[in-house]
Amino acid sequence: MITGLAWLLGFQLVGEVLVRVTGLPLPGPVVGMLLLFVALQLRQPVSHAPVLRAANALLRHMQLFFVPAGVGVIAYLAVLRAQAAPILVAMTASWAVGLLTVAWVTVLLRRGGADGRGADG
Amino acid sequence: MGEALDYLRESPVALMLVTVVGYRLGRELQRRSGGHPVAQPVLVAIVVVGLSLWALGADYATYATGSQFISFWLGPATVALAVPLHRQVHRLPAVLGSMLVAIPAGAAVSLASAYGLVRLLGGEPGLAMTMAPRTVTTPVALQLSEAAGGNPSLTAVFVIISGVLGAIAGPAVLTLARVHDRRARGLAMGASAHAIGTSRALLEDETEGAFAGLAMGLTALAASILMPVLVLVVT
Repeated sequence: MITGLAWLLGFQLVGEVLVRVTGLPLPGPVVGMLLLFVALQLRQPVSHAPVLRAANALLRHMQLFFVPAGVGVIAYLAVLRAQAAPILVAMTASWAVGLLTVAWVTVLLRRGGADGRGADG
Repeated sequence: MGEALDYLRESPVALMLVTVVGYRLGRELQRRSGGHPVAQPVLVAIVVVGLSLWALGADYATYATGSQFISFWLGPATVALAVPLHRQVHRLPAVLGSMLVAIPAGAAVSLASAYGLVRLLGGEPGLAMTMAPRTVTTPVALQLSEAAGGNPSLTAVFVIISGVLGAIAGPAVLTLARVHDRRARGLAMGASAHAIGTSRALLEDETEGAFAGLAMGLTALAASILMPVLVLVVT
C-alpha cells in the first residue's frame, strides 16, 4: 500500500513539474495519470501489484476528497439565492446538452455503428 | 466550556472527524437505499459538515484550512484513474476517432450554452464567464474562470454542483436517451461532470469509469483551447 502510494505521488509530482516546465494547459495530476497509464502499458504489472491496490483504494473513496470543496457551497448560498434562476436553469440545461452531445456524437460516429452492449462493450 | 468550544471550531481533528463521519453516513445511506442515485456520499457529507459548522459557529475559511489533508488526496486519486483505463484500453480503438470529435464538440456546446443561457436569463457577463467552465476539473476550471474575468471561487462551487448533478442524474438521463454503449456513457459522464461523475461511473461499471476518467482529462484540454475563443467571440 505504501509503495503504491509512493508511485502515485511520484507520478503526480512528475506531472506537476512537466506542466510547469512546458506550460501545458492541464492539471499536473491529469498529466501524471497519462504517464502512469503509459508506464502500466509498458510494464503490465500483476493484478495485486502495490500501485494497483493503492489506486483501487483511493478510487473507491474519491467522493470523500471532494467534500471540503463542496462545503464551499454554503459560503455562497446568498449569491446562489440572489441569482437562482439564471444559475439553476443555465447549469442544468447546459449540463444536459453537454452530456448528450458527447454521448450521441460518440455513438453516431462509432466505427460500424454497432451497439457496444454485447461482447464488445 | 467556552474554551473547549473555541478549540472544536478550529481543531483540524474535529473538522476531519466531521468530514469522515459525514462521508461514512453517506456510504451507509447509499448501501441501505440499494444505491439510490440521490444518496451520493459526497452530497450527504456536504450537508452533514455544513450543518455541523453552522451548529459550532465555525466559518468556512477555517474549515477549508483544516480539511486540506482531505482535499490533498484528489491529486493522487486523479493519477489513479490510469488504472481502470489500463485495464479497459482494449475497448479504446473502436471509439478513438469518434471520441476525438465528441469531446471537443461537447466542450464547445457546454461552454457556449452555459454562457448564452446565463446572459439570456438576465445574468451579468461576469456570472456567465464564472459559469462557463464549470464542467471542467477544478484546477483547470479555476484558471479558465480567472483568465476570462470570472470569479474563481464561485466557479469552484459551480464545478461541485455540476459534478453532484451529473453523479445523481447522469446515468438516468443517458438511459432515457437510449445510450447503452458503456464507453459513450462513460465519456459523457466524465466530460460533463469531471471526477465526481467519474466516481459514479466507476460504481456503475469499470468500462464507464475508465472512459469517464479519460474524458475528464481530454475535456480539460479542449476547454482550455475553446474558452479563449468564447472570450474573443463575446467581447
